[in-house]
Amino acid sequence: MLNSTITDAEIEQTDPDDWDMVIGPQRNLLDLRLRELWHSRDLIMLFVRRDFVSVYKQTILGPLWYLIQPLLTTIVFTVIFGNIAKLPTDGLPSFLFYMSGTVIFTYFASSMTKISDTFVANANMFGKVYFSRLAVPVSVLISSLIAFVIQFGFFLVFMAYFALRGTPLHPNWWVLLTPVLLLMMAGLGLGFGIIVSAMTTKYRDLRFLIQFGVQLLQYATPVIYPLSSMSPKYQALIRLNPLTSIIEAFRYGFLGSGSVNFLQLGYSFAIMLIAIIIGVIIFNRVEATFMDTV
Amino acid sequence: MTRNVIRVEDVSKAYRLGQIGTGTLSDDIKVWWAKAQGKPNPLLKIGQDDHGNRDEEYLWALKNISFNVREGSVLGFIGRNGAGKSTILKILSRVTAPTSGYVKIKGRIASLLEVGTGFHPELSGRENIYLNGAILGMKRAEIDRKFDEILDFSEVEQFIDTPVKRYSSGMYVRLAFAVAAHLEPEILVVDEVLAVGDAEFQRKSLGKMGDVAQQGRTVLFVSHNMSSILRLTKETIVLEKGRMVMRAPSPEAVDYYLSAGNARAGERIWEKDEVPPDATPFRPVALRLLDQKGKVVEVIRSVEPFAVEMEYYLDSPLTGLRIGLYLNSARGDQVLTTFDTDDGARFEKFVSRKSGHYVSRCEFPKDLLNDGRYVLGVNASSYRIRRYFMDEQALAFNVDTSGAPGMQWAEPRPGALRPRLEWKIETK
Repeated sequence: MLNSTITDAEIEQTDPDDWDMVIGPQRNLLDLRLRELWHSRDLIMLFVRRDFVSVYKQTILGPLWYLIQPLLTTIVFTVIFGNIAKLPTDGLPSFLFYMSGTVIFTYFASSMTKISDTFVANANMFGKVYFSRLAVPVSVLISSLIAFVIQFGFFLVFMAYFALRGTPLHPNWWVLLTPVLLLMMAGLGLGFGIIVSAMTTKYRDLRFLIQFGVQLLQYATPVIYPLSSMSPKYQALIRLNPLTSIIEAFRYGFLGSGSVNFLQLGYSFAIMLIAIIIGVIIFNRVEATFMDTV
Repeated sequence: MTRNVIRVEDVSKAYRLGQIGTGTLSDDIKVWWAKAQGKPNPLLKIGQDDHGNRDEEYLWALKNISFNVREGSVLGFIGRNGAGKSTILKILSRVTAPTSGYVKIKGRIASLLEVGTGFHPELSGRENIYLNGAILGMKRAEIDRKFDEILDFSEVEQFIDTPVKRYSSGMYVRLAFAVAAHLEPEILVVDEVLAVGDAEFQRKSLGKMGDVAQQGRTVLFVSHNMSSILRLTKETIVLEKGRMVMRAPSPEAVDYYLSAGNARAGERIWEKDEVPPDATPFRPVALRLLDQKGKVVEVIRSVEPFAVEMEYYLDSPLTGLRIGLYLNSARGDQVLTTFDTDDGARFEKFVSRKSGHYVSRCEFPKDLLNDGRYVLGVNASSYRIRRYFMDEQALAFNVDTSGAPGMQWAEPRPGALRPRLEWKIETK
């Protein structure tokens, strides 16, 4: 079919003045390549759809699991911590108190856990084709956000129910802070998630540690207790946790208990930025060669 | 004058040998702690050397590779397993970064190292077309536009809304390839993905590849199949142990590749480092081509019988072992496959083989092959259990047809076989 035998060496060649892409041993570690990420937005949405559709295929209750999970967690908390251990809940119905904490904490926990698995879980795909690797963690953030919205709606339903029964709840203008709080949760989940994901390519131990770690973290976060119930010594300790101020502010906006502390929120924001910067550096480093180690 | 669209400059790629780190954080910390205190590595086994700097143990999968690719050319890559073909494709597809050197690319590049990347078993065929297309770099609108064409090519229309986990493997591959075949990048990097599906579908896929090449797109193509290399590419690069040993018009490169690696003509001897560790307990020694007197030869005469023998050691007893020979034409077309326990009685007798030194010899009758160049491959496996060893291009040889039937006409005779058949011409 091809009969000419002229080789490249015999033809005069020119190089284009501008190459579209240069592949070298090192990439700019701080380069997020957001343009590339933007170009893969179709892919991100398809990943979101895949995760959404595939998780509940062949289950009887399907997407209802999005509601059952937080509901069961809240009920367990209410029974154990509220009724048996009788932990204080700032005078709020313990059910609403736990649910508010659980719903927003779950957003962080599920994002971070899934993102931390990015490289290992997608090793096969990453080994065969290149696309913006950040598309995977970003799609996880979006899937988790969808789950959050569903669970959050569920929470609002319960809130309305309690309000109608005459429970004194004090939602206030601070609810408008919610998008910012979510953004910070997403940023923290992304930052810590990609740090762990990059490290798991070398150390598989972290995969087990992360599940356990997130669970422990929940107890170091005011999910099942109000910050105000702690002694000052412990309060200071709990405040080191960047999630603390976010959950407190979220709860204050909707239920009127808790606190909005801008200094604290600023601290959380700073931690988030640091986590993302470190995460991106490690991610970029690992991305270039992780196929050789997985 | 043509423009270069790819320029590979002095690219090398090293892999660290053995395990990277120790695999667990706690062990790495132990090693690091011991080092910091000047103690020996606590995890080394007794008698094992401490090299101090383990970074020295590298395997160079690619070493100083440089070449360029003109716009619209179709370039092939051939080489034995481990020669670096896949590594160069991985670097070009940005799956892994080179250890040193640069690759410069002009234009939209897509790589096809596998078909069906990212297919999710729970999703329907339709959903997977979109997902796989997006992973390969297509925009949603682009897939929308080509959807019917893809569906048509895949021949799975009626199952398009069924989860792909219910597909037969043939359907799965057809769907996967259909998506891949409709990629329209300016540069396409293809690994041996055509060796999938049934024969008819392979032909169709090869046809599609040929179309792509003729549309003036640049294609880089890796294959073990010499006939597809010859059909699809004009020029080929031969890689050997990570180095580029030749870049030449494809027929020349294929010929070089097929004759290379034979220390002595007519005999292929495997050095210790050429045998992958997972071949154990099978240890190949040599594959030899013998004439009727038992002498090692490179050229056999079509009118004489010849033999092929495989010498090997078994370091422990094996059950169900069979030694297979693959005879292919130099263009990659299969001529025949035969196993040393094809015969029922011998199969019973050699159900298990004790450890020891063996030779499996196959005698071929006279008047079998046509003139031309042939390639022998060898394989040692237990049926459906394990493949111990495989060398698809172990030995190449020529057949000389002097004295064969039909030599009175000096014309090339097509076909791999040249048997002496009984003809009867009768007058009625």
